[in-house]
Amino acid sequence: MSSTATRRRDRGRAGRRRAPWLFLAPAIVLFALFLAAPILYAVYLSFRTEKVSGLGLGSGSRTEVWNGLTNYANALADPEFLASVGRVAIYGLIVVPTMLGLALLFALLLDARRARARGFSRVSIFLPYAVPAVISSLLWGFLYLPGVSPFYYVFDQLGWDVPSMFSSNLVMFAVANIAVWGGVGFNMVVIYTSLKAIPSELYEAAELDGASQIGVAWRIKIPIVVPSIIMTFVFSMIATLQVFAEPTTLRPLSNTISSTWTPLMKVYRDAFTRGDLYSAAATSVIIALATFVLSFGFLRLVQSRAFGQEK
Amino acid sequence: MTSLTTTASAEAVTLPGRPQRTGRSTRGVGERPSGVATIILILGALYCLLPVVWVVIASTKSGSELFSTFTFAPSTHLVDNVTDLAAYRGGLFWRWMANTALYAGVGALLSTVVSAMAGYGLAKYRFPGKTAVFNVLLAGVLVPAVVLAIPQYLLLAQVGLTNTYWAVLLPSIISPYGIYLARIYAAAAVPDEVVEAARTDGASEGRTFAQVAVPMMAPGLVTVFLFQFVAIWNNFMLPYIMLGDDKLFPLTVGLSGLLNQGATQPALYTLVITGALLSIIPLVALFLVLQRYWQVDLAAGAVKS
Repeated sequence: MSSTATRRRDRGRAGRRRAPWLFLAPAIVLFALFLAAPILYAVYLSFRTEKVSGLGLGSGSRTEVWNGLTNYANALADPEFLASVGRVAIYGLIVVPTMLGLALLFALLLDARRARARGFSRVSIFLPYAVPAVISSLLWGFLYLPGVSPFYYVFDQLGWDVPSMFSSNLVMFAVANIAVWGGVGFNMVVIYTSLKAIPSELYEAAELDGASQIGVAWRIKIPIVVPSIIMTFVFSMIATLQVFAEPTTLRPLSNTISSTWTPLMKVYRDAFTRGDLYSAAATSVIIALATFVLSFGFLRLVQSRAFGQEK
Repeated sequence: MTSLTTTASAEAVTLPGRPQRTGRSTRGVGERPSGVATIILILGALYCLLPVVWVVIASTKSGSELFSTFTFAPSTHLVDNVTDLAAYRGGLFWRWMANTALYAGVGALLSTVVSAMAGYGLAKYRFPGKTAVFNVLLAGVLVPAVVLAIPQYLLLAQVGLTNTYWAVLLPSIISPYGIYLARIYAAAAVPDEVVEAARTDGASEGRTFAQVAVPMMAPGLVTVFLFQFVAIWNNFMLPYIMLGDDKLFPLTVGLSGLLNQGATQPALYTLVITGALLSIIPLVALFLVLQRYWQVDLAAGAVKS
């Protein structure tokens, strides 16, 4: 064997050892800079506070000091924060089951070939996915305004007196409706995709056994798409905890949405309106921990399912 | 009984009033359409189309007609409204549109490149620490944007990058979900034998990736691109926090601010509505053209096209 060939092979081996790290390098660097470092910094900030000496004027009168768990204790005892958590819990209880229930229903109907207008419905229901949350909030915001709303026009003609969607009783549903509108199509497509993957022999067997359409849906289709539903559930839950754009956009149209309506809005207000980064950091860490706890099953589920084809 | 019945006789023994379908192969030919199913689907479609239809009609109205005429009665002021919007503060709206295209287009492209490299590296090599690296990257999927927003702002402020294009662009490039999808796609679409063959032919690792693996992963990478494109286009919190200068705003932040001003100057409402219409047109068009890439299986991570 010539020495050139040996050298070349050796270089190939060394290259192969280094290669995965080179491929991963941009991702790892960006991850470290824009995900890991900010998280560590947020945790660090959450244990600090600003100490003001004297009147708080002039340089050196404000110093950053260690604060232990005080920020966390304050956040957890803060009635505004607790109220925002309560609101998001109710909001999630409305949004997630409604959105996923409708997504599953539409997916099953799209898969049942006895329904007509399936192509039209699939595109129409998925369409809101292409509309940013801010824009959809803005559109629905106008549809909720009695002056321009078609609903209020109809109710008016019928002589009904309907409370404003922005009244304190209904504003929750007003925001929830926007999230359902924006999310149902995407989740429908996810569930529909996994329905399409079911081999048709399964249905034929069930039909030979005399199962009804609803029976097939209930006993075969739904159990098979359960993993997809779990995934959409986890993603919807994470999105619910982070609700920010919709209520923030609706605020100018309504005085029933406070600046601390959701936990995220409170974090924003504390950090950027009040300039209290430390308690905002503590609140964000609490939200992050809650997300981790609530979606704990996610990683295990994903890992056991996804990588069977790889050695 | 069941083992003896044919598809036809299974139909015959169906209880009256109970819907029954025949075998999948014959469906759609001899089947009665179901009215209830169709009605439910159409109602769903109408619910989803309603705000879109509304914005199309509302953007044809002048400011005074908006509050005085029937909501679904179109008017003739669309061109005036677009002209007004274009003239608003020297064409600021077009800047927002261009900014959004820049953030979403460039951000999604870079994000796809980074995800494809990382996904390929994770799928096609065995190396110590691989599982740990993947788990850490994937955990990023679960990190709420809020936890990142403030410290990202503070860190970028220290290097003087807040209120610049970089502040929105750079954090958008890293996408744990994109890496996850790219890894699955590399594992499924690029056979080990092909990679081996390229190496035997003397191709370097980088060249094997760029010229052999990337074309095979292409359909999946289109999906990664689309996901990131929509995610960045829709992003509100990050630019809302990072940017102070409205010349750098994307559409979402710009229109939200305009709506905010509209609370005191209702004349701006017409601009907001026209802006909302114009802002959804590109994305709706993109989405309709690329529809076939939107078959998403989150549980298997796979994308079917």
